[in-house]
Amino acid sequence: MKNKLKVLRAERNWTQADLANYLDVSRQTINAIEKGKFDPSLPLAFKIARLFTLKIEEVFEEQLD
Amino acid sequence: MNTSARSSNWQTRNKKNTRNLAIWTLAWVLTMALATLGPQLIWQEDTLYSVLAILLNILIGIGMIYANARHLRGLDEMQQRVQLQSMGITLGVGMVLGFAYSNLDIANVIATDAEISHLMMLMAITYMISLFIGLKRLS
Repeated sequence: MKNKLKVLRAERNWTQADLANYLDVSRQTINAIEKGKFDPSLPLAFKIARLFTLKIEEVFEEQLD
Repeated sequence: MNTSARSSNWQTRNKKNTRNLAIWTLAWVLTMALATLGPQLIWQEDTLYSVLAILLNILIGIGMIYANARHLRGLDEMQQRVQLQSMGITLGVGMVLGFAYSNLDIANVIATDAEISHLMMLMAITYMISLFIGLKRLS
């Protein structure tokens, strides 16, 4: 699953640690999500979308092989 | 948004959980040493003291299990997944190699008796390696 987390974060001048703090997860988890190595659960994905006041599909995009 | 307050709450809770787990684990190790070495070095094989030391060790062990469960619940979902994978690998390796080790002893292939401590060491090393690899893979 692809995502725009890094771009959205950069637009707000937030560090990975800042975003991790907003979402109550570790910085390592933010890094893994940004790199596409870890797909967040639906509740976390909704939490991320809500934080950026976007729809979930505006943050995450299905990656078809 | 009050980031610092929220972050400090989550991070503080995790740090506290980790510290609690470390304290309970240390206490368990110490009571294990007491129960193991006590009969020979402190109370000269008195059964009552041995039973009390073992009961204490079990009680502290229950506390350690509870602290571990609380620590795991406090982790985020990625950390929980890495922990789950590591524990699964550790359980599998411990079971397969543990029984193989026992069979080697039963069949008298190895000269010494199979010791439970060897299995514990194997499981601890497996857990640490699989945890390291799991975290490295996601970083």
